[in-house]
Amino acid sequence: MQTQPHHKLTKYLRTDVLPNAFCAGCGGGTILNIFCNVLEEMEIDPNEIIAVTGIGCSSWIPSPYLKVDTLHTTHGRAIAFATGVKVMKPKKRVIVIAGDGDLSGIGGNHLIHAARRNIGLTVFLVNNYIYGMTGGQVSPTTPYSVKSSTTPYGNVERPFEIAELVAAAGADYVSRWSTYHIFQLKKSMKEALNKNGFSFIEITSQCPTSYGRRVGMRNGIDQLLDFKEKSIGIKKAEHLSSAELEEKMIVGKLIDRNRPEFTDGLRRVNEAAAG
Amino acid sequence: MEDEIASLGAVIGAVWAGGKSMTATSGPGFSLMQENLGYACMTETPCVIVNVQRSGPSTGQATKAAQGDVLQARWGTHGDHEMIALSPHSVQETFDIMIDAFNLSEKYRNPVIILLDGEIGHIREKIVFPDPDSIEVIPRNIAAGNADPFGGERIPPMIEFGMNQQVHVTGSTHKPDGMRDVSTMEVHDTLIRRIYDKIDSGREDIIKYEEHFTDDFDYLIISYGATARPTMGAVLSLREQGIKIGFLRYITIWPFANRITKSLCARAKKVFVPEMNLGQLSREIQRFTDKEVVSISKIGGVCHTIAEIEEAVVSNI
Ligand SMILES: Cc1ncc(C[n+]2csc(CCOP(=O)(O)OP(=O)(O)O)c2C)c(N)n1
Ligand SMILES: [Mg+2]
Repeated sequence: MQTQPHHKLTKYLRTDVLPNAFCAGCGGGTILNIFCNVLEEMEIDPNEIIAVTGIGCSSWIPSPYLKVDTLHTTHGRAIAFATGVKVMKPKKRVIVIAGDGDLSGIGGNHLIHAARRNIGLTVFLVNNYIYGMTGGQVSPTTPYSVKSSTTPYGNVERPFEIAELVAAAGADYVSRWSTYHIFQLKKSMKEALNKNGFSFIEITSQCPTSYGRRVGMRNGIDQLLDFKEKSIGIKKAEHLSSAELEEKMIVGKLIDRNRPEFTDGLRRVNEAAAG
Repeated sequence: MEDEIASLGAVIGAVWAGGKSMTATSGPGFSLMQENLGYACMTETPCVIVNVQRSGPSTGQATKAAQGDVLQARWGTHGDHEMIALSPHSVQETFDIMIDAFNLSEKYRNPVIILLDGEIGHIREKIVFPDPDSIEVIPRNIAAGNADPFGGERIPPMIEFGMNQQVHVTGSTHKPDGMRDVSTMEVHDTLIRRIYDKIDSGREDIIKYEEHFTDDFDYLIISYGATARPTMGAVLSLREQGIKIGFLRYITIWPFANRITKSLCARAKKVFVPEMNLGQLSREIQRFTDKEVVSISKIGGVCHTIAEIEEAVVSNI
């Protein structure tokens, strides 16, 4: 056992695999930090959590650092695997954390269908606008005209508004925040964890290595200041035209409702079938 | 689930959460499952996948029978791995083999594939349900104390979610405790060879086949699945005509029954292999004999007739 400096949150971490592998300035550590604080403040026993992740840097936020049961799956499929976990263990809090490429690109189909089913998963999509781990290839959330390693002349696709998509697909809870909005994000994580149905937070996060540097922001701080400047509250945004919102990031809660949850429905069907 | 990729993903998730779990598909869906099939091998997740083989490639002759996925079942997912695949030839055997499949998957901590074909998948036959109490069920081997769930023993015990042991399951190369280590050559070598060896060294236990008329034969015919049915008819008819032919029917396709194949082929003048593909398993059989292996292939969605097999044998001896 290595000795680690004592901190109230180290009990949530696999300290023997620290320090973490994130680049300097990465937003991954911030998200892990906020989530551990949420567990502490909500007094959630880590044994009640099962973390399911995909492939990419963002999937490393819980895996391996968070000391909970962990299923690190194939690229894009975390929600599919998590569905099996939740069906078997509906009382556990099943959390999915993965990237924009993972959850909205290769795994986009699973994301919208899980939202439609309203299965009681809590999903954090870490949107760093890029395929970070593999060196900055364009992703479904890369802004229009941005130069990436696979769009050297600029991206000709428009990005997904991923939080809006998940809300439209039928999720019970959807919000969008960023690693700049640490207090709002913490509050939103608590709300998401308290939902019975599908809860989803799009967390805009900085990736200085594969994204920031390419778009003229030299370090993580530059990107955080950019989040600060371009974010606009959802209420305020209602009064603006789409042209005025073009360069903006709308933050806040998009939806908060209570529809029937999938595993509850399954249980009812099982009981009815058993007579 | 929304697609077959998701189906196998959910199956694997359910297994780590404590369930026994399976999925069933045909052709294109089996192709979609290949990546997660490799994940199940790498994470040593016991599960069962039924593939009712249909004529391919691609959409092919949807719902028509074939045996074209025999090599895909063995090699379809990327990287070095072993596979267990079973191919029943009747409805009764399909029922019985499902039980074997779950038992083997738990015993060896490996996915097990049921290689059905469109013929067996569509027929209706009488079956006898055994007394449930007479069925042997191999329970999951769960770690007592804090044993390593991914190493140490050749087939390590599992730690499931919810046991308060914070198990870490990953498809990346991992150490016996489950923690990722993708850069140490020995860690990868030890892990992959162990996963390979656990099946390879279990051959005698896993492999099942049936022999007919192998006390006394000049020629040998080998088949499996639906094709075994007209093959049996042809064998009976040929023997009536005085042609001494023996019959080997594989029940286990993978790991390959190389010992019995080798010893029976050595005693035959020629070996015949009827299959609903262009000679996938006859290729494997040829690796274990220097005798001529004649592939009696048929594609197009319908199984061989007895007469077709008889005719192919007679014209080749
Ligand atoms: C099927 C498959 N395709 C491609 C890859 C390679 N790959 C690894 S990480 C990654 C991108 C991940 O991007 P994202 O989900 O946005 O996560 P980030 O690294 O940006 O956090 C890709 C394409 C893979 N592992 N599997
Ligand atoms: Mg990304």
